[in-house]
Amino acid sequence: MDCFIVHSGVAAPLMKANIDTDAIIPSREMKRVSKVGLADGLFAGWRYTVQGGREPDPAFVLNLAQYKGTSILLAGINFGCGSSREHAVWALREYGIRAIVAAGFGTIFMNNCVRNGILPVVLEEADIQALADHSSEDPQQRQITIDLQVQRLYAADGRMFAFEIPANDREMLLEGLDPIALTLKRQQEIDAFQQRDKTLRPWIYLRPES
Amino acid sequence: MNTLINTSPVTLFEKIWAQHRIAELGDDTALLHIDRVFLHERTGSVALDALRNDGRSVRNPELVFCTMDHIVDTFPGRGDATRMPGGDAFIRSTRDSAYRAGIRLFDITDPRQGIVHVVSPEQGIALPGATVVCPDSHTCTQGALGALAWGIGSSEAEHALATQTLRVKKPRTMQVTFDGTLGAGVTAKDLMLHLIAAHTAAGGSGYMLEFNGAAVRALDIEARLTLCNLAVEFSAFSGIIAPDDKVFEYVSGRPFAPQGLHWDQALDQWRSLWSDEGASFDRTLCVNAGDIAPMVTWGNSPQHGVAVNGVVPDPAKAGDASQRQSMMRALAYMDLTPGQRLAELSIDAAFIGSCTNARLSDLRLAAGILKGRRVAPGVKAICVPGSSQVKRDAEAEGLDRVFREAGFEWRESGCSMCFYAGGESFGYRERVVSTTNRNFESRQGPETRSHLASPATVAASAVMGRITDPRMLSGN
Repeated sequence: MDCFIVHSGVAAPLMKANIDTDAIIPSREMKRVSKVGLADGLFAGWRYTVQGGREPDPAFVLNLAQYKGTSILLAGINFGCGSSREHAVWALREYGIRAIVAAGFGTIFMNNCVRNGILPVVLEEADIQALADHSSEDPQQRQITIDLQVQRLYAADGRMFAFEIPANDREMLLEGLDPIALTLKRQQEIDAFQQRDKTLRPWIYLRPES
Repeated sequence: MNTLINTSPVTLFEKIWAQHRIAELGDDTALLHIDRVFLHERTGSVALDALRNDGRSVRNPELVFCTMDHIVDTFPGRGDATRMPGGDAFIRSTRDSAYRAGIRLFDITDPRQGIVHVVSPEQGIALPGATVVCPDSHTCTQGALGALAWGIGSSEAEHALATQTLRVKKPRTMQVTFDGTLGAGVTAKDLMLHLIAAHTAAGGSGYMLEFNGAAVRALDIEARLTLCNLAVEFSAFSGIIAPDDKVFEYVSGRPFAPQGLHWDQALDQWRSLWSDEGASFDRTLCVNAGDIAPMVTWGNSPQHGVAVNGVVPDPAKAGDASQRQSMMRALAYMDLTPGQRLAELSIDAAFIGSCTNARLSDLRLAAGILKGRRVAPGVKAICVPGSSQVKRDAEAEGLDRVFREAGFEWRESGCSMCFYAGGESFGYRERVVSTTNRNFESRQGPETRSHLASPATVAASAVMGRITDPRMLSGN
């Protein structure tokens, strides 16, 4: 998995509340049995002029010249609510998004971000709005910098915002850890648990299908 | 079983958490044993293939199940083909991966096929006190049986498949009490739409909900499944209801439920699955169920709900700027104006289906209103049973005839037009009343205007051709 240590980039505002994963990637854009090739479908309902089409809607923020190369999204409350589809995060990552700053996240979406090298940052909505107002004057120059090591976000004018993140998520992102590999090291503990549990709750342990 | 000798009162959730804890990982995170993993064809083969490509295998294939619901077609006589471009590849690849991994698959022609959260309780796969995960956000549905069940992403599904565990940050706890008695024509769906409207779609964020109170106790199991289904629309980690005799009776005799001596042992343990008296929750909400009317949503978030006999709210009265903006955008999308009566809105389509409201009791409720009546001219009406079993049970009591004679299409089971499953959707800007769970922009079709409601409200609206209070049409 990609590490996230420190990142500077163009930040685009999507300040609507409750942006759901259907909006991030609609069902109709999940066309292949694959984790790749999804960036084209990112925000498809807003980004293109007609459904299923590919003509950019000039009004959508990510299509504006000043937001070229956006790697940070600024959002309102409950970003990534709704469907658990990890395709939303795969599409964001493939598009080039490295961090999302929101006033709150859908729980499953937030977990999916961490497992794909995208940093979810929670700040107060008013602070995010202030960041959006400031950077939108000149997004290419007024880039935002996020340093996960010290858990701080910096606006181009030097304003600093501290943020919290669960310690395990932070470690996973900083070191690009693979949680499955970490857990597989605990194989013996899992074996011991199941052995003990089989005597306590034998009905949980079904027989393989014959 | 530390909980049993612990003297301080604990919640139901904490009991199940403690019983499944294999290791503490620090920062309130634990490695939990996962008793059941359920997959479906949209993410199933992606997860299984990714695992195989990483040289890993499924640790306990006998604890993993898979069904076909998210992409499969629901037209009568269906096969692997769907209207979704490339859809058949998901189906075939899931079948191959499931076979290779040795997991149980409820394939398209299997009598057990259906929507995962309908099938899992129906087959006795979700059990009281068990941990259940699935790469689908509505896995919380299964908490109605007293299971700790929650939705995960694909990466976490791979983790669960490879290790039969998950690393989980412990959520806070919230007690949601519905006191009192439900009024006529009011259902579990209405309770949740009311709760979410009152406390916002983010109101449950970071919390594990436990539902209780007289109105919840009085619900049958299928209605409780509907209640817990909508926990995720409240942005909760999940929801749970302490299992009671109704649950034990429901679970008893189901194909994968414990039997014989195991049943007695299980029942003995399940009877301790409740929140101890004096157990503390991080937050408590209390609602009088008797005050709740049938609900319908007007906007693009599940929080945009009002009483069906009410009016479209005014953004000027919104709590803050961000809510106001979201309401204004929703009004424009839905083509509505503040103060407009919901009951005046004519509809293009009515949909009864999904993991929220497509169980036998839901179909009976709708059929009670449809019997002897016809769908209004010009309204496209579709009923998609929640599982193949529900479909057979409904047909055995003649409900299919009621739906067909009223002018509804009667389909095979699957997620269907809840979200473009099977490549099907409603038309451009069509107004749809739907028993589903999400009214997001374009979820049910291009700029489709979705209004969420109970099966009773959808059936009544289909008959009248406009959004209708089901109490206006008594069941025949």
